[in-house]
Amino acid sequence: MSVPILKQGDILIASIQSALSDQDLVELRDQLADRVGRLRARGVVIDVTALDVLDSFATRTIRGIAYTATLRGAATVVVGVQPEVAFAMVQLGLGLDGIATALDLEEGLALLHAGKVERALRK
Amino acid sequence: MPSESSVAIVRESDIVVARQKGRELAASVGFSSTDQTLLATAISEVARNIISYAGQGEITLSTIEAAGRRGILVIARDQGPGIPDLEAAMRDGYSTGKSLGVGLPGARRLVDDFDLASTPGVGTTVTLKKWLR
Repeated sequence: MSVPILKQGDILIASIQSALSDQDLVELRDQLADRVGRLRARGVVIDVTALDVLDSFATRTIRGIAYTATLRGAATVVVGVQPEVAFAMVQLGLGLDGIATALDLEEGLALLHAGKVERALRK
Repeated sequence: MPSESSVAIVRESDIVVARQKGRELAASVGFSSTDQTLLATAISEVARNIISYAGQGEITLSTIEAAGRRGILVIARDQGPGIPDLEAAMRDGYSTGKSLGVGLPGARRLVDDFDLASTPGVGTTVTLKKWLR
């Protein structure tokens, strides 16, 4: 199950449609890193609304995707973390350190359009 | 919905199958959506450990009842190399290099009962229980 990557202006939207295997997530990371360069994207939204589980591997990979896109010069927002998924992540002891998040796609796009997401990682 | 099922964990896509079956079973017992997610996440972690460290194994899911409570029992079994230092494996952030080191301690926090048994050279069994509340 590959993840469709949509382009809206200079923003790329990775819209995850269903449960992803580890391999799917790794492919998404590679494809996004490539397209940010080829399409000269300034922003990336990763929509995880459809994911019913974010375990340690998925969290680490999504973090990696967001860091990679940011290092490629695109501000990145993760949107749509479901409430029970957020709760499970907290119990696991995981977070999305340093990555902008928003409630849903609309909020995520609004953040990017307002220029409120950092395009470089602050450590 | 059968009250017991078993999922062979051979490739990483089986991790998704195991956690989806766990979620379905939890839903059939009446678990809240949050508890279904916590259990599915815990199953995902122990299934991933099988793939990462043993290569293959099996996850058995069943419904249980004790003292008038219903719950789900998850047994993750492999015949892998085993874990030499169980105490270290349960410490947050401890990893032999293949993960973040949150899998087992994290899974323990997601369920009500957790047991880890391992014999080097023989294999590992992780037992999880989560009760309906």
